[in-house]
Amino acid sequence: MEKIKTIIRKEWSEVFKNRFVLFTVAFLPLILTALPLGILYATNSLESGDAVSSDIPAQFMQFCPQELTGGECFQIYMVNQFLILFMMMPMMIPVTIAAYSIVGEKTTRSLEPLLATPITTTELLTGKSLAAVIPAIAATWAGFIVFAVGAALIVNNPLVLKALLDPMWLIAVVIVGPLMALMAVNASIMISSRVTDPRVAEQLSMVVIVPVLALFFGQISGLFIINSTLILLIAVILVLVDILLVYMAVKVFQRENILTRWK
Amino acid sequence: MIQTENLTKKFGDLTAVDHLTLDIPEGQVFGFLGPNGAGKTTTVRMLTSLIGPNEGTASVNGFKVGEEDQNIRRSVGVLTESPGLYDNLSAERNLEIYASLYEVPDPPGQVEKFLRMLGLWERRHDEAGTFSKGMRQKLAIARALLHEPRTIFLDEPTAGLDPEAARLVRDFIIDIKKEGRTIFMCTHNLNEADRLCDRIAVFKSHLLVLDTPKRLRAQLFGRKVVFHLLQADDSLAKQVQELPFVSEANIIDNKLLVTLDDPEAHNPDIIRLLVGAGADIQFVGELRRSLEDVYLQLIKNA
Repeated sequence: MEKIKTIIRKEWSEVFKNRFVLFTVAFLPLILTALPLGILYATNSLESGDAVSSDIPAQFMQFCPQELTGGECFQIYMVNQFLILFMMMPMMIPVTIAAYSIVGEKTTRSLEPLLATPITTTELLTGKSLAAVIPAIAATWAGFIVFAVGAALIVNNPLVLKALLDPMWLIAVVIVGPLMALMAVNASIMISSRVTDPRVAEQLSMVVIVPVLALFFGQISGLFIINSTLILLIAVILVLVDILLVYMAVKVFQRENILTRWK
Repeated sequence: MIQTENLTKKFGDLTAVDHLTLDIPEGQVFGFLGPNGAGKTTTVRMLTSLIGPNEGTASVNGFKVGEEDQNIRRSVGVLTESPGLYDNLSAERNLEIYASLYEVPDPPGQVEKFLRMLGLWERRHDEAGTFSKGMRQKLAIARALLHEPRTIFLDEPTAGLDPEAARLVRDFIIDIKKEGRTIFMCTHNLNEADRLCDRIAVFKSHLLVLDTPKRLRAQLFGRKVVFHLLQADDSLAKQVQELPFVSEANIIDNKLLVTLDDPEAHNPDIIRLLVGAGADIQFVGELRRSLEDVYLQLIKNA
């Protein structure tokens, strides 16, 4: 456990000295918190629903409480799109850190002395994963808390607030988000163990986000509506995927190949 | 403390290390010489449990390679070819990380001890990236010694250093040799190997030769003694040549060059003969072949 903590602290000392990385960790939560709050504020004055409810997919309208006006439904609909991003944020933030984790050590030639210590592969990869996942989750949760407080101050109708802070979204942000972060980080570390160029690692790692973006566009287009059942299903699938990825990341990390085949 | 038997490593069709058998006792400084691509780093990586052999066995500090890898990693220190420091972290932080990974009992104490020993204490808060090459190498050596390993592997410890920094590193190696640690040193610097190593192996995928530097010179070139004479002529060389223990005797510029196996035992006989023949001897000395000559001869023959 001590060695895992050492790796985490080492990664943080290195990573957070880089202002660009700090910016990538802070920027996304800031913008994705400010935008829905801005939308809530801007749409607060909408009274008549006819003009706007026609823009909302019919499937979504079924879930909108009948007591709410079209304008309020529109508010919920718009902000719901950003809440999906809150769920995805923890997987978008740490990719830069994780993608660089192994290939970066290799390019600076610090990997060989590190592997010569009595650290196990599991300890090394766990340390590197957590170092990337923890800041992402912390930034996302902080952003969500700011959003919740801001929404409570902006929204007039308690029913709208209740719909926005539905337990489904709490599960999404508190459970699904970290599971997604773990998935993205393990995939990135696996890619980082196989490629020889940090830029390639980062580009390939970004591909992990693509399937999850389907959720975002699926709901916008009205293809499906994210509800509690879907969130729980995603959580179960992610647990299985994460277990598989952790196992594969340890298997893929072959010290000998990494040391001898990389130039 | 380091034993290998038929240790072999192949990468596809290429045999990097071919049936290497070594026995290096505790406390010895062992020089591992060879051209680039000879398999020196591969050997070090096998002996430090970073990669596994295809054939043969090896043990380091009593632990078997491939079976007790964690124990080997705990008991050895490695200076890799490149220092591999965390450039944007301070010297102190670099060492603290490794002290923790090596489970050093008193990390701050050990870090301070080695930073002071290597003259880096005043610069401990500076980023490693701001250090000169020599300072970086010293920091990497400190990192390899933090956990007080019984055996130390040094891969090109003075490569790329200026003479002053190289000397500091060499002096430090002499200091750790005095502590009785086993040192396995890969180097291209033959003078350094000559000065520091108790035994030397010349290696090019397989072991070409293994002995002390002194005996290697004698084996390859014989030993040559130079007699500086006030005036020399060929008759003196002929008389010396007739002595049974002399292999060769030549006159070059008033110098008599004599090749023989055991100068310590036979020099007095030669001196007596020369004095008897009326020669005026000014100086007597041994003509030392450099280790570079030995090395180049071996590599050429290989």
